[in-house]
Amino acid sequence: MPELRTEEMTINMGPQHPSTHGVLRVELVLDGEIVVDAIPHIGYLHRCFEKHSESMNDYQQVIPYVDRMDYVAAMSNELGYAIAVERMLEIEVPERVEYIRVIMAELQRIASHLLAIGTYGLDIGAFTPFLHCFRDRERILEIFESACGARLLYNYIWVGGLSHDVPSNFKDKVRDFINYFPPKIKGYNDLLTYNKIFIDRTADVGVLPPEVALNYAASGPVLRGSGVDWDLRRNDPYSIYDRFEFDVVVGKGEMGTVGDCWDRYIVRVREMEQSVRIIEQAVEQMPDEGDVKAAVPKRIRPPEAEIYARTETPRGELGYYIISDGSMSPFRVKGRSPCFVNLSVLPAISRGSMIADIVAIIGSIDIVLGEIDR
Amino acid sequence: MVETLEQFLPHPLLAIIMHAALPMVIVFPYVLFAVWLERKVSAHMQDRLGPMRTGGWHGWSQTIADMIKMIQKEDIVPSRSDKFLFKFAPFLAFMGAYAAFAVIPFSSEYIGAHLDVGAFYILAVTSVVTLSILMAGWASNNKWSLLGAMRTSAQIVSYEVPTVVAVLSVIVATGTLNLMTISEMQTGTIFNWLIFSNPFLLIAFVLYFISSLAEVNRTPFDLPESESELVGGFQTEYSGMRWGMFMLTEYADMLLVSLLGSVLFFGAWNSPFGDFMSGPVWGVFWMVSKGMFFIFVMMWLRWTLPRLRVDQLMDVCWKYLIPIAFINLVLVALWEMLF
Repeated sequence: MPELRTEEMTINMGPQHPSTHGVLRVELVLDGEIVVDAIPHIGYLHRCFEKHSESMNDYQQVIPYVDRMDYVAAMSNELGYAIAVERMLEIEVPERVEYIRVIMAELQRIASHLLAIGTYGLDIGAFTPFLHCFRDRERILEIFESACGARLLYNYIWVGGLSHDVPSNFKDKVRDFINYFPPKIKGYNDLLTYNKIFIDRTADVGVLPPEVALNYAASGPVLRGSGVDWDLRRNDPYSIYDRFEFDVVVGKGEMGTVGDCWDRYIVRVREMEQSVRIIEQAVEQMPDEGDVKAAVPKRIRPPEAEIYARTETPRGELGYYIISDGSMSPFRVKGRSPCFVNLSVLPAISRGSMIADIVAIIGSIDIVLGEIDR
Repeated sequence: MVETLEQFLPHPLLAIIMHAALPMVIVFPYVLFAVWLERKVSAHMQDRLGPMRTGGWHGWSQTIADMIKMIQKEDIVPSRSDKFLFKFAPFLAFMGAYAAFAVIPFSSEYIGAHLDVGAFYILAVTSVVTLSILMAGWASNNKWSLLGAMRTSAQIVSYEVPTVVAVLSVIVATGTLNLMTISEMQTGTIFNWLIFSNPFLLIAFVLYFISSLAEVNRTPFDLPESESELVGGFQTEYSGMRWGMFMLTEYADMLLVSLLGSVLFFGAWNSPFGDFMSGPVWGVFWMVSKGMFFIFVMMWLRWTLPRLRVDQLMDVCWKYLIPIAFINLVLVALWEMLF
């Protein structure tokens, strides 16, 4: 029989594709269903956040822009930026503000992880968990809405404080949520996490060994999924995270190899449980009285300095590198985006897998294009 | 049945056409209903309501409105596609699915064609769907479509083997390929149904149901059109009513495998209570109800399970279903010999 002539096929996945979580374009080189190479192309959502920041008249005005970076975890972005500027100004924020910030950031982490695991189920082909996650995420958004009027882009955490005080029933609402939520996690586990097909699709797929994860400077659940015990909330505490007891969840390779898609997924599920723990403690300790705007400066004019402040957002280490020239507007604001760094591991871990695995891998990295492209 | 019609109609040809069109009376309303039901079932599983406005009561006319919308849509044919194949594929798909209804005994009085090889005919004619999907994928001139079409052909060709072997177990037990005869053999109460007549036929039914899920491209085997990977698989370039035809085929196929399942294992048009509620018209009722039950199970599975990967799909078929099906066939035959 004569040898059949075969060749590789190059195919574009995205920017309009249901599973690239936005406008990511992945150039796939395929040999049948096997992926020979996967090259991510970014930039379709570039909105010049960093350049915009330089022309703001006030440091406070940058906050709506950082909201729009990681638009599914806006609170965490604001928190990182506020902390960076506060360190430059060397101001102490009131106790009550710190507690509200932590509660908000952890609620945001739960909301963001809910979206991540929900859409991950969708990527694998299970539609129902996605909507169950949205149902529960809705409750968090309601709490946010009652606090600041917005559901996604809050402009809530300001430099030195908050834009509004929380409503009087805030604690009750949060307590309601932390009572309501843990049983639902069990529901997700029954429906998706321990489903045989789901495990087959995600275990041993897209294995990211710990040393590769470190070489690529991955962070957040992607790094912890590879078994590296690193969480800025504990390793480099900011705000008041050192006052709370919580475990850092790492992937253990329960269903396959350490660092596979299932590990990255389960890290997110278990982190939600830990976030609930933090919120429980924070609600108990939170003082009832206090002016949340007491420390908000009238004019922000930091000394000539530069600073890098990092926080643990739901997606990993979000750093802000801010240079001040002593004027009212920042000279340079750079965001160190966890998604951008995490996405860079994609080619390394997807060679030799199948098309369906690419979808699983992209989903398990949990990227938000708004943050990658900024 | 044709003879009865001939008495009332002026021309024998008209009687034949009417006779041939009769399953449409069930298939079209069924598709409209099933799409609505799918939306409702998925909605209630997902803690939401689904369509509620169109037509009043629980959005009952949503699919009718959708169909009117689809008919009105612009008929887009990609400029660099193979135009004839592209336009023809959806109709071929539906033809394949519809032709199979000819040998389904809807009631003790109505069967499209009294074929002695009914079961064989169904298995043969449903394979046409593969051809049309391949045609659609190739003609679209789109890499995603092509990938989807390739997957489909591999999947359907593979899963035909366990389906055929499972059907063959019934044939071994009954000794006939005529679906009407198989139905008549199950007359009586629920215990006369084939699934209870032989323990190994129960296994055959499970095999049949699993592989028929793959045959009609339903979750967890919905790889051909897996929207989260291949955008829309072979349907990517289709829109409007041509896409609607594929949808129609998918639901018609679901009905077909469900009806065939109930004919082969669950007593066809026979009432489960013996003489109670039995008769030609009740027959249609029982047949459609049994079919709808399996369709509901398919929907239930679809909104619960994730999707397999293409290699796992082949593993399930060649490493598990086919060996089990063959061993089971031997066991069915042994049981029939011994008892």
